Amino acid sequence: MKRNNKLVEAFKYLKRGNTINDGWTEESPKSRDTEDIYRNRWGHDKIVRSTHGVNCTGSCSWKIYVKDGIITQETQQTDYPSTGDDFPEYEPRGCPRGASFSWYTYSPARVKFPYVRGDLMELWKKEREAGHNPVEAWENIVSNPNKRKAYVKARGKGGFVRAEWREVCEIIASSAIHTIKKYGPDRIVGFSPIPAMSMVSYAGGARFISLLGGTLLSFYDWYADLPPASPQVWGEQTDVPESADWYNTKYFIIWGTNLPQTRTPDAHFMVEARYNGTKVVGVSPDYAEYDKFADIWLPARAGTDGALAMAMTHVILTEFYVKKQEPYFMDYVKKYTDLPFLVLLKKHDGEFRTDRFARSADFTDEHKLGEWKTVVWNELTNQVDTPNGSQGFRWDGGSKWNLDLDKEDGSTIKPRLSFMETADSVELVTFPYFADENGGKISRGVPVKEIQDKHGNTLTVTTVYDLMMAHVGVNRNLPGDYPANYDDPKPYTPAWQESITSVNRNHVITVAKEFADNAARTKGKSMIAMGGGTNHWYHSDQIYRSILNLILLTGSQGVNGGGWAHYVGQEKVRPTEGWQQVSFAGDWGNMPRLQNGTSFFYFATDQFRYEDEINKSNTTWSGKYNNMHPADVNALSARLGWLPSYPQFTQNSIELVKESRERGATSEEEIVKDVVERIKSGEIEWAIENPDHPQNFPRLFFNWRSNLLGDSGKGHEYFAKHLIGGDSQVLTDTTNSWQPEHVKVEGEAPEGKVDLFVAMDFRMTSSGLFSDIVLPAATWYEKHDISSTDMHPFVHPFNAAISPPWKAKSDWDSFRELAKVFSELAEEHLPAQEELVIRPLAHDTVGEIAQAYGQIKDWRTGEVEAIPGKTMPNFHIVKRDYPNVFQKMTTIGDHLKKGYGGKGVTIPGEKVYAELLDRLGTSKREGIGKGHPDLFSDKQAINAILLMSGATNGKRAVEGWRSLEAKTGKQLTELAEAREEEDYTLDALTIQPRTSISTPVWSGMEKDNRRYSPFTVNKEYNIPWRTLTGRQSFYLDHEMILDFGEALPLYLPPLNKGPFMKGEKSIEETTPSITVRYLTPHQKWGIHTMFTESTPMVQLFRGWQVVWMNEEDGASIGLKDNDWIEVYNRNGAIVARVVLTYRIPRGMAYMYHAQDRTMGVPGTAIQKKRGGTHNSVTRITLKPTHMIGGYSQLSYGFNYYGPTGQQRDTMAIIRGLKEVDWLEN
Amino acid sequence: MRIKAQVAMVMHLDKCIGCHTCSVTCKNTWTNRSGTEYMWFNNVETRPGPGYPRRWEDTDRYKGGWKLHNGELKLRAGGPITKLANIFYNPNMAKLDEFYEPWTYDYDNLIHSPKSENLPVARPVSQITGEYIDKPEWGSNWDDDLAGGSEIVPLDPNVEKLQEHIQMEYEKTFMMYLPRICEHCLNPSCVASCPAGALYKRDEDGIVLVDHDACRGWRFCQNGCPYHKVYYNWKTHKAEKCNFCYPRTEAGLPTICSETCVGRIRYIGVVLYDADKVKAAASVEDPQDLYEAQLGCFLDPFDPEIQEKAREHGINDAWLEAAKESPVYKMAMKWKIALPLHPEYRTLPMVWYVPPLSPIMNHITNEDELNTDGYIPAVDQMRIPVEYLASILSAGDTNVIRKVLLKLTAMRVYMRGKTVGGIDEFRQSELVTQAATSPEEIEDMARLLGIAKYNERFVIPTGRREMDDDLYEQQGTCSLEELAPREGVNPAYGYMKVRENL
Repeated sequence: MKRNNKLVEAFKYLKRGNTINDGWTEESPKSRDTEDIYRNRWGHDKIVRSTHGVNCTGSCSWKIYVKDGIITQETQQTDYPSTGDDFPEYEPRGCPRGASFSWYTYSPARVKFPYVRGDLMELWKKEREAGHNPVEAWENIVSNPNKRKAYVKARGKGGFVRAEWREVCEIIASSAIHTIKKYGPDRIVGFSPIPAMSMVSYAGGARFISLLGGTLLSFYDWYADLPPASPQVWGEQTDVPESADWYNTKYFIIWGTNLPQTRTPDAHFMVEARYNGTKVVGVSPDYAEYDKFADIWLPARAGTDGALAMAMTHVILTEFYVKKQEPYFMDYVKKYTDLPFLVLLKKHDGEFRTDRFARSADFTDEHKLGEWKTVVWNELTNQVDTPNGSQGFRWDGGSKWNLDLDKEDGSTIKPRLSFMETADSVELVTFPYFADENGGKISRGVPVKEIQDKHGNTLTVTTVYDLMMAHVGVNRNLPGDYPANYDDPKPYTPAWQESITSVNRNHVITVAKEFADNAARTKGKSMIAMGGGTNHWYHSDQIYRSILNLILLTGSQGVNGGGWAHYVGQEKVRPTEGWQQVSFAGDWGNMPRLQNGTSFFYFATDQFRYEDEINKSNTTWSGKYNNMHPADVNALSARLGWLPSYPQFTQNSIELVKESRERGATSEEEIVKDVVERIKSGEIEWAIENPDHPQNFPRLFFNWRSNLLGDSGKGHEYFAKHLIGGDSQVLTDTTNSWQPEHVKVEGEAPEGKVDLFVAMDFRMTSSGLFSDIVLPAATWYEKHDISSTDMHPFVHPFNAAISPPWKAKSDWDSFRELAKVFSELAEEHLPAQEELVIRPLAHDTVGEIAQAYGQIKDWRTGEVEAIPGKTMPNFHIVKRDYPNVFQKMTTIGDHLKKGYGGKGVTIPGEKVYAELLDRLGTSKREGIGKGHPDLFSDKQAINAILLMSGATNGKRAVEGWRSLEAKTGKQLTELAEAREEEDYTLDALTIQPRTSISTPVWSGMEKDNRRYSPFTVNKEYNIPWRTLTGRQSFYLDHEMILDFGEALPLYLPPLNKGPFMKGEKSIEETTPSITVRYLTPHQKWGIHTMFTESTPMVQLFRGWQVVWMNEEDGASIGLKDNDWIEVYNRNGAIVARVVLTYRIPRGMAYMYHAQDRTMGVPGTAIQKKRGGTHNSVTRITLKPTHMIGGYSQLSYGFNYYGPTGQQRDTMAIIRGLKEVDWLEN
Repeated sequence: MRIKAQVAMVMHLDKCIGCHTCSVTCKNTWTNRSGTEYMWFNNVETRPGPGYPRRWEDTDRYKGGWKLHNGELKLRAGGPITKLANIFYNPNMAKLDEFYEPWTYDYDNLIHSPKSENLPVARPVSQITGEYIDKPEWGSNWDDDLAGGSEIVPLDPNVEKLQEHIQMEYEKTFMMYLPRICEHCLNPSCVASCPAGALYKRDEDGIVLVDHDACRGWRFCQNGCPYHKVYYNWKTHKAEKCNFCYPRTEAGLPTICSETCVGRIRYIGVVLYDADKVKAAASVEDPQDLYEAQLGCFLDPFDPEIQEKAREHGINDAWLEAAKESPVYKMAMKWKIALPLHPEYRTLPMVWYVPPLSPIMNHITNEDELNTDGYIPAVDQMRIPVEYLASILSAGDTNVIRKVLLKLTAMRVYMRGKTVGGIDEFRQSELVTQAATSPEEIEDMARLLGIAKYNERFVIPTGRREMDDDLYEQQGTCSLEELAPREGVNPAYGYMKVRENL
């Protein structure tokens, strides 16, 4: 409305209105025209549905507001499909961090153009101006040590110059071509995490790099978000309930995962469940945000959760298995766990120790793959019997891979849980004990059977259950060192844990009893949420296995409202079958190199040369393998085919094939044979055994969709020093460190291994600052993609609210552009090549039954023959058609017609290929892809993924279940049949997020609007877990595990790494200091480093960067709240401001992951260099048991199994920083 | 009797996860521009703690709200004479550092730093002076999650009052969150404080707003509001405050802070009140009687007489129906689980708070104690002292708090009994007697608090735009008024008010 004259308005004010309310209130007739100001602000032109592609389990759908062509703000969508009439809904999913994202679009931190390090650009221009073609130009730069040094040493020191896309693509493509020719394609490395957060953006780079034969690094294990216990116990990477299922639980223990702070959009289900009568218990060392919602808080000291869980295990077994026998639990553990399976006992120096599982092959030859079929004692026949469902049944070609206890002949197996009543004798069994500094052993009586094997030898066997009872110390009046009662401080009683965890024993007893009682009453609706606080430890697997005891013993897994709820990392790519094809170019028959990230970085950043004798000093069980340096175990693991290992060999994998051909090999078999011979002779060297040889450096590194160097680079300073070659703050050298025996460590560790480091981002992070080239990425409001998570059951899209501004491009488009330039250059410089690819023995392939009984046999020492695919990795000869990379990148290959799948499930391909032609259209671009389904754009890639996957296409789901029917002999297609016609497209998801469809690549049911809960399919349809016994595992029997004493869940204390090692020179003490346990839990004001720099987030707390500690600890070294501090140890140094509080106990500090060092960080006093990131004082150590492979569920899978990059076992020194030096030039 | 309708809010503190999403979405919508950097129409405070601006509850310092002087309601900051005396310098007003000096970073240096000796960094920069600062010293949420510990927590005026109850020790830690917006009071002291008469409470929905044309920037509203929820824009020299997102509520949408609240703690609904009772209610002698006195102003939307009277007073059926479904009416007036924030300020605030439950103290070691009345811990053993909650929500009356907590606890015990077993024990328990509730009421509460569907949390009739505008004209001209002035059009054709007056 038109503004009236202000003066007239003022006069109006003189006119009084009616008065009411005893003369107190006037009803004024004044104009309210100014109300239009805010109405106009609220107005907008359109709302676009998108989300945030950040490693966050949230995966929330957002409304992006566009007004006048500008993105103004975002609020959450509230239109998710309903959870049902009597159930809380998912709306509104989101958090303050996501709500601040629009800040980035126009912020001064935005990377708007391609940038190249000035020194490199100068060299490049000179070479090009001198008339060299791009590939020569690159070669001239990197093969000249002075030229190379000129730009490598400038990394991290500013001085970027703007460039054009074409030019940077030429530099990168030339580097790729040079690297392939000189060193081999596996020296091209890509790191991009968490495909679920933006699958197509991941796929863009992954498809390009895979077509080159480059190495893609895993992330879930590297982030230590992978819980190794999950594959160990279930043979599954991770499968967890959607958050709405929390509302179904009736007893919820929240254990080391800060739901309100880090699972912000989902926390309400927990809060609301309380109004439905759910009891909540919080376990945390500090008074964490979730404790606000707990009925009781158990303040366990950091890292001692395993002890608490073992004591609870003790209580549950005592109360519900011995004092009374809860029928629901009994039935459950017999059918769904390995508790009734038989284990051999073997003598070691006169003492019985537990050994491997007994197998059918021990007793008879009647079973095919009998060495992979585990056995139980059948109560009905009183003899050993072989139930269906163990690993052997999966691969024996039959259809009995199921959990049925009924046999074909009509008889039934009734597994005996305990030999307590029917034992032949009671033997003292020695168990390892690691809770004390000096370790020890425990000797306890176990009822055993003595039975004859097929050769007539007597085997001493018992059940896993009887071993558990003895190990946990449940007194059944057997001889040995059993505790008398709960107050007896012998392992693993409530009294025992008190001195370790500081939790009141009575609370432990109460909570354990309530948890189990609740499960008994509700048939398993007891749940435990767990996360980083319990998982990011060196002994994560044992902490988790101890906690999972509680879940399995109470029959809570595979039940809605029950089971584990592990949430760290957005790991669930719901449409995974299609995504894998698009990402790794399987449709072209391509063979990708999928490397476990932790091992890669351990070697590439030389952290292995700074090792301390972790395992040597940590065990009294005195095994063979725990005395080996982790690098040596990793090398062993690689050559036995357990873990992948790229770069593969010191020799170029292209040259190897050429040489074999020159030596007369013609067929693939002959080439492989020749190569194996040369490997055995030592002529060909494993790269992992000489990682610091220049031939084995990673040469070209792509980092996209992540901030590796400011965020997830555990051992950041080693990255800076060795991989990057920039300034670092490593405060020690390798003099006092533990060095490997077999892996070569000659001379000084090299610095600046990478020739070219490329980052793609829309903001300038530490990763960008250290890179040679920074490419401007489109933001999440400027491109198309899809997102899914384990926290909710929906698949939903990104959409462009505006087109990418300035010179920004989506990741898909950027890599396509790169592929185009690469292929053009390859025409001239790099014709198609043959190369040798080695790949580990993989889970869910026949490789998982390569190494029977889990015995370690090294071909190098002659213990076995070197046989590819059996005693060593698989060997393949692969053709890389370099000039056609662009064609393959942008079309779907017809290799897809042969079928595809995942997790052992197969989907027929012919029909899918035909449907793709219709949906995507055909490529009209001249070349080998012409006439194929067109995969040029991100939208086409999205629709391809959706069409190919069971979760998003009902036909695929039904086809998948059908393939599983063949192996299991069970009727399964009904799980998806009702939704067979559902067929999601990008457009459909944009109208509303859609609920994923039940598919055999996941273990939960998504029918009848049931909430997703993992393993409900296994439990309700008798599908085995993908483990050795086919059941949920308490017991692990691989030789390496036995060697480490970790066959059964037990408590291992956190390591105390640092601050300095014996013999190392510490920093001169100028001010008072304190040594604390240094923890890096996820933060409140960002998702990793994302969002932390946005102005709203910055001002919502204290700006960056800060460290939390106990106020008495602070006072003891003279600190006041908000004072500057230095945090340091041998690995590096950090500058931050201190946040003092009484909410955190003494002796520990939180430096929230991850603030990056780009904002407000001055120089250290120690070295007068810029203070580091939260990872500057961390360093990774590999746990050898995570390197096992070729053995059932302990076989390699990308992001499935492998050592984790844990960082919580760190100790650091904190002291005040007197002078602030901003280190301006 | 003068019946008016108000759109009001309940915040269920027991559900608040302290995530601050409300603050960010609000800021992006309303205060993301120069002049408003330090403003948070919506903020969330960790308690115990001094809040934003620092110690806003210190009425001795800021002189906000009303006081009773010889039985008469007076502004604590003084009347027109005092205002005139202080018009160029108001000592009661919060200073910038009591809010905070907003800052940003020199981000551009990360991209455009010339080649240098060290890794480039973005240094902190004051958004007021544009100068580099070494480090921020205070912020709107500086003490989040008890940051600053015993250096900062004692600054909380409520803690000062109750020193014997608060122990700042690890083992005894407690905390809660307090999200705050403008209270849109029935008896707003900001409105009374403005020398220019620029603040007003909307007749049709009770939203309190600043007239930007009338505002002269005197800023007496800023501290006249005891909640310190009016801010001064240093660029426009006008006051700005939470507007209850009227452009959204007029369209039937919840406020931004409510719709985006992922804890789903916020509820919006209409309540009917008798405007003629406001003065008397605000003037009761004993501050602990203010809560009941305020409740006495509200009218029963199911009462046919009230409905008839309300229609006479211009409230239409859509609003009357909404008042019946109002979650605010249910929680604040019917179940009495939502309480006013600092009723002793005598402003009759209209944002209501359900006090939080909290874990029991860990000094209990007897297993049986944990099982009193089933699994749910008893109210008196909770970590957040009842006295602390009473200091904030009931002018110190702990009985009011205890009643609410008992009701919430009874709800949890009953629902556990219903879903797990043990319902008979509950019926006979002492708890159900003390909580003075019934299974029917509990099931209604559990649905609204727990299931909490969007359409049950937010019951908002669209705005009464027909009452105040030439909508026939505006339909085509809205936002183009400057281009298409009303002149030349015969107002009689479209001017609804004209017709109404006929």
